[in-house]
Amino acid sequence: MMRVAWLIVRKDLTVEVRSREIAYTTLFFAVSCVLVFAFALVRDGRAPEDGAAGILWIAVMLAGNLTLGRTFERERQSETLRALLLGPAPRAAVYVGKLLGILALLIGAEVALVPLVALLFQARLLAHPLWLSAILVSGTVGFAAVGTLFAAMLVRARSRDVLLPVLLYPMTVPVIIAGVRGTAALMQPDLEVGVVQFWLALLLCFDAVFVTLALWTFEAVMTD
Amino acid sequence: MSQRANTSPDLDCDFDRVAVEDVSRHFGRRRAVSHVSFLGSSGTIVGLLGPNGAGKSTLLALLATILRASSGAIRYGAIESKDAPAALRERIGVLGHDLFLYPELTARENLVFFAGLYGNDNADGAARAALDRAGLADRADDPVSSFSRGMRQRVALERALIHGPRLLLLDEPFTGLDETSAAALIGRLRGLRDSGAIVILATHDLDLAEGLLDQAVFLRDGRRVETVSHPEGLRSTYRSIVFGASQP
Repeated sequence: MMRVAWLIVRKDLTVEVRSREIAYTTLFFAVSCVLVFAFALVRDGRAPEDGAAGILWIAVMLAGNLTLGRTFERERQSETLRALLLGPAPRAAVYVGKLLGILALLIGAEVALVPLVALLFQARLLAHPLWLSAILVSGTVGFAAVGTLFAAMLVRARSRDVLLPVLLYPMTVPVIIAGVRGTAALMQPDLEVGVVQFWLALLLCFDAVFVTLALWTFEAVMTD
Repeated sequence: MSQRANTSPDLDCDFDRVAVEDVSRHFGRRRAVSHVSFLGSSGTIVGLLGPNGAGKSTLLALLATILRASSGAIRYGAIESKDAPAALRERIGVLGHDLFLYPELTARENLVFFAGLYGNDNADGAARAALDRAGLADRADDPVSSFSRGMRQRVALERALIHGPRLLLLDEPFTGLDETSAAALIGRLRGLRDSGAIVILATHDLDLAEGLLDQAVFLRDGRRVETVSHPEGLRSTYRSIVFGASQP
C-alpha cells in the first residue's frame, strides 16, 4: 500500500514542480490573507493578543481549501482519478497518496506563513519551534484528512467548489479551535506545557479518528 | 500478454471469458442499463453499438469494476466482479474517451507511473517497451501536453496495456484520430485479439468498426436490442436494429 502511496506522492509533486500552479496560488492567497489582517488589526505596531494564532490558522485553512480543490480538479480534468481507481492497488493507498501530497504542499505554505505572521504581528510564534511544528503538523493532518476525503467524494459534483468548504469547515471546527488555542498557548511568556499538550492530544485524537474513518470509507465512496 | 502485475499472488484471477448476465444499473430512478446479457470470449473483439444514452459507457464502467451492478452479475471466468474487484482490475485495461494521462508528465513518466501502479517491478523496462510499440521512443521525454491527439492516443493505449491485461475496454477509441492513426489502432486491436485478449469497445464510428468486430451488441435506451456475430454491413444493420421502423 505504501509503495503505491509513494508513487502517487512522487507523481503529484513532479506535476506540481512542473506547473507550480498550486504552490503559487496557495502561497499568494495565504500571504494576501495575512497582509489584509495585518493592515486591519495591527495598530501602532501592536496586534491583538493571540491574534497571530487565529490569523495563522485562518490562512492555513483558506489556503488548504484552495489546495484541496485544485489538487482534485487536476485529477478530474484528464479523468486520471478514474485511472488511479482502475488500478489493482487498495483504494486506501490512493487516499494516502493524495493526502500526503496535499500535506506536503500545505506544510510548505506554512513554512512561509509562520515567519511572515510572526513578523507582521510581532508574535512569539517561533519561541518554541518543536511544539509549534507538532501543533501545526497534527492540525494540518486532521484538516487534510477530512478535506482529502470530501474533495475526492465531490470531484464529480457540479457545485464542488461551493460544497467543499460548506462540508469541510464545520467538520474541522475542532481542529481550528485546538490549533488556535495550542498556538496561542505557545506564544505566552511563560509556557504552560500542560495546556499545549492538551490541545496537541486533542488534535492527535482527531487525526486518528478521521484518518481511520477516511481509510475505512474511501473504497466505498469512490466505487460508485 | 506479458508482465503481469503481482499485487494479489494468493488469488489467481485469470480468465478466458467475460459473461454479462442480466445486468442492470440504476442511477436514482434513471435506468442506465437494463437486463443486458452478452458474452465475450478470449480472442474476440466485441462492439457495443448504440446511440447516445444507450448505456455503452455505463456497461464499460461496470465491466471495469468501477461501478457496481444494481442487479445481475458480471463473471470473469468463474469469478464474479463483486468477489475480487481489486484482483480482477489487475487483468483489466481501460482506454476511456478521456485518455487518463497527466499532461505535465512526459510519455515515459506517465507509463512508468502506471506500470508501477500495477505492481510492475521493472516499470522502466515496461515503459521503454511500450514506447517502442507506440513508435514514440524518440518523443519519450517530451511532455504529453505537447503531443497531437493521435500520439496521445497511442500513449494512452500503451498505458492501458502496460500490465498485460486479459480484458481491454475501450470507450470511443477512434474519436479525434486521423485515418492513419485509426488504421494503426485497428491493427493494434487485431494484434491483441490474435494474442488471446478479450477486447470490448464502445463506438459510434461504424465505418471504422466494420470488419473489426467478431460480435456486435446493439443497445438502445439501456437495453440490449440484438447481438450479431461477425456482423457485415454494420451501418445498415445498425439502422435496422437500433432505429427499426422509426427511421426512413
